[in-house]
Amino acid sequence: MACALTGNEFARLFVPMTQPHTILLFGITRDLVGQNRVAVQLPANSRVADLMTTLHEQYPALAGIQSILVAVNSEYADTDQLLNPSDEIALIPPVSGG
Amino acid sequence: MIFLTQDPIDFNAAYQHIQAGEAGAINFFFGVVRNNTQEKSVELLDYEAYGPMAVREMQKIADEACRRWPVLKYIIIHRTGTLYIGDMAVLIGVSTPHRGDSFEATRYIIDTIKQTVPIWKKERFNDGDVWVNATP
Repeated sequence: MACALTGNEFARLFVPMTQPHTILLFGITRDLVGQNRVAVQLPANSRVADLMTTLHEQYPALAGIQSILVAVNSEYADTDQLLNPSDEIALIPPVSGG
Repeated sequence: MIFLTQDPIDFNAAYQHIQAGEAGAINFFFGVVRNNTQEKSVELLDYEAYGPMAVREMQKIADEACRRWPVLKYIIIHRTGTLYIGDMAVLIGVSTPHRGDSFEATRYIIDTIKQTVPIWKKERFNDGDVWVNATP
């Protein structure tokens, strides 16, 4: 049975590996979540849209916000942008400077 | 020059900074804390910024202004922290050879700051507080 897989090997092949990401929160997002940063586990090769889906599941209060953009490494990111664990990620609720 | 600061804005220093021999016009805009919003009395504003990104976004705006108009010098200062009625929250100064360009460039800078720069303000009323623009 040279081709048999152990349980661990099987899991590695078929269960997506997750990676930790830290998300910075500002303004109303920080107030609603009650923390200025949160840690989320995302499967490898997750995109901005996947992050938002996970965050909305874990923090339903975020749904009360007009709109939320995501910044990756201090730049506004598109919803299909890939995320790396080393990225600095922040939620950007509607801005109101000036 | 672009500054994000907790300290009170020093207008005289800003004025010194954007003087230029070729300038025929220096235009300033000050954004100040108003005592009401939609007929509700405001006690104070709490400003918060995502600092590194805020500076980066303001730099993009300034660079674009310099592409569109013959800007000789500019200065943008935005405050964070707790500000009270009448306090200056933002200062924008632009010097150009002629006045029309300095008006237009200043207006472009403040209008775009309000749209793209990650800075937030929370209005404090006597019965609670509200993050501006954040909720439907």
